[in-house]
Amino acid sequence: MQNEALLEQVQEIFRDVLDDEEIVLQETSTAEDVEGWDSLTHIQLIVAIEKHFKIKFTSKEILSWKNVGELVDCLAAKLA
Amino acid sequence: MRSFQELKRLAKRACGEYPQARMALLGDSATQLLATALKGEGMARGLALDLFEAEYNQVERQVLDPTSELYGFDADFTVIYQSSHKLLEKFSLADAGTRASLAEERLDFVRTLCRSLKGRIIYYNYPEIGDGVFGSYQNKVESSFIYQVRKLNLGLMDLSREYPNLFICDLSELQAKLGRDFCFDSSVYVSTEMLLSLDALPYVASRTLDIVCAIRGSFKKCLILDLDNTLWGGVVGDDGWENIQVGHGLGIGKAFSEFQQWIKKLKERGIILCICSKNDEDKAREPFEKNPEMVLRLDDFAVFVANWDNKADNIRTIKEILNIGYDSMVFLDDNPFERNIVRENIPDICVPELPEDPGDYLEYLYGLNLFETASYSSADKDRTAQYQAEARRVSSARAFTDEKAFLKSLGMVSEVSGFNGFNIPRVAQLSQRSNQFNLRTVRYTEDQVRALGADSRHQCFAFTLADRFGDNGLICVVILEKQDAGTLFIDTWLMSCRVLKRGMENFTLNTLAGFARENGFKRIVGEYIPTAKNGMVADHYLRLGFTPVPDAPGRLFVLDVDAFSPLDCYIETKQTPYAE
Repeated sequence: MQNEALLEQVQEIFRDVLDDEEIVLQETSTAEDVEGWDSLTHIQLIVAIEKHFKIKFTSKEILSWKNVGELVDCLAAKLA
Repeated sequence: MRSFQELKRLAKRACGEYPQARMALLGDSATQLLATALKGEGMARGLALDLFEAEYNQVERQVLDPTSELYGFDADFTVIYQSSHKLLEKFSLADAGTRASLAEERLDFVRTLCRSLKGRIIYYNYPEIGDGVFGSYQNKVESSFIYQVRKLNLGLMDLSREYPNLFICDLSELQAKLGRDFCFDSSVYVSTEMLLSLDALPYVASRTLDIVCAIRGSFKKCLILDLDNTLWGGVVGDDGWENIQVGHGLGIGKAFSEFQQWIKKLKERGIILCICSKNDEDKAREPFEKNPEMVLRLDDFAVFVANWDNKADNIRTIKEILNIGYDSMVFLDDNPFERNIVRENIPDICVPELPEDPGDYLEYLYGLNLFETASYSSADKDRTAQYQAEARRVSSARAFTDEKAFLKSLGMVSEVSGFNGFNIPRVAQLSQRSNQFNLRTVRYTEDQVRALGADSRHQCFAFTLADRFGDNGLICVVILEKQDAGTLFIDTWLMSCRVLKRGMENFTLNTLAGFARENGFKRIVGEYIPTAKNGMVADHYLRLGFTPVPDAPGRLFVLDVDAFSPLDCYIETKQTPYAE
């Protein structure tokens, strides 16, 4: 799957978990750009993504991403 | 089970008119999401939790410092989550010599907790983490972690028996059911310090609120059961009582036997059992009467409804008989169609979505924790028996169109006695408590009752009432004052409202008149003193054939003993001398 398509699905998950239909994600988006994305909702987002794609991130991976793009890259690698 | 996401949305909702409860949450790990889950689960049950969340890892400080925010908050419920994970860390850091006293040390702290906190404490017990250091040999080693955890959990049970304000939330059992890998998510822990997975949170919140609701008086009292393919395999109307699947023969029978064993345990705990089945009644009863493999018997059920009517209507009938709320009832039926009809018509009743395979019924129901309770005593069993007796009486009355025939069928027996060492406490209790069926509402203490019983100027009567459904015990008291050679004055006539409409009043008067006649009295005088609560007996003496005394109409009434002929009644006297 293309990263763009993945980004779109990740965006859906963000909208659902954060209860905000207006969220628009870019590869460069960080927690500072998205309202409601904090350390607590972060893990909820991760778990929701894991469930949706039926994959599991390692703790190290979760701590390593600097923006949404890196998250999606990591996801794409797992799905490849 | 609701997802955490759903609970989160519920937690944000305005609580409107919901009743409130104050809850404090203290943990040795991150508890913010648990707090959200608890709030959401509260909302789902119509309870608005005013939640105080202590800061991270402040259990000891909050409890041991009497000036802490915890004491300022004054919670109705204090939830304490000290985790196995942190306990293991503590254990690992301790020197080998002190590991064997870990459980004792923690129990000491819980004891302090129980002594210090007002309100109820809900303490999460410790799910097991096998650290693999000793293998199964850990069972022989007091200083192994598992040894300490199990000792701790047992110690918590003992403490909760000792301290009525301590309630254990059985996280250990929950993890045994859900699995450790489901309950703990290492990446969630590493990135948030949270020890419960997002998927486990709703279960933990639900088990916590089960306890809160039970303490607040909301719990299940009654289990209504379908028969065919629910209590046994097969259809009794087609297969016959001897061919239904139950018992430890071949096939699926043992699943139903074990299911019945579980239901029997619930009954023994005080849950009222009822049947609601689409069947001919005689066919439906046959397995209980004739099939030796059946664990449940007819006398386990308070109400047995088997007919071809709509099940929602039948459950309404059951509700009327038992006089309890729909929200305290559980309905189990294998048929999704019947379940939906009941759910749609009676929204408050709990209708679990039974799995298709009867072999799965029990594990599924175990997981729902439907029968949480906040109290248990061996007397619960007896109370149920009384409930059942009343239910059987009412349901039996329905079968009679003629009230007299019904009363006759009850086979009522009353024991009539004077006051004696055995019944004086109960007489005094009735005298203190009876408000409605009480003609003069004169209250007597135990000592006064004893004195009246021994006084030759008074004649005292205590009546019991039993019937084929059960014994109501002592339910009626009369004290006669011998005013002069010809006159008896009814100083006291009171009766428990449990036995209204059984003809007990007639029986009582027949007994009094019999005594008067045998002892040469000509008149019995009764007095009605109105109170705010005894309106139901304003016409009591008129109904029984007394004549108003002209000087005091509505208040004093007189009965001519010689002209009296015994009133209709269907109560037999169990003979015991009523003289002193």
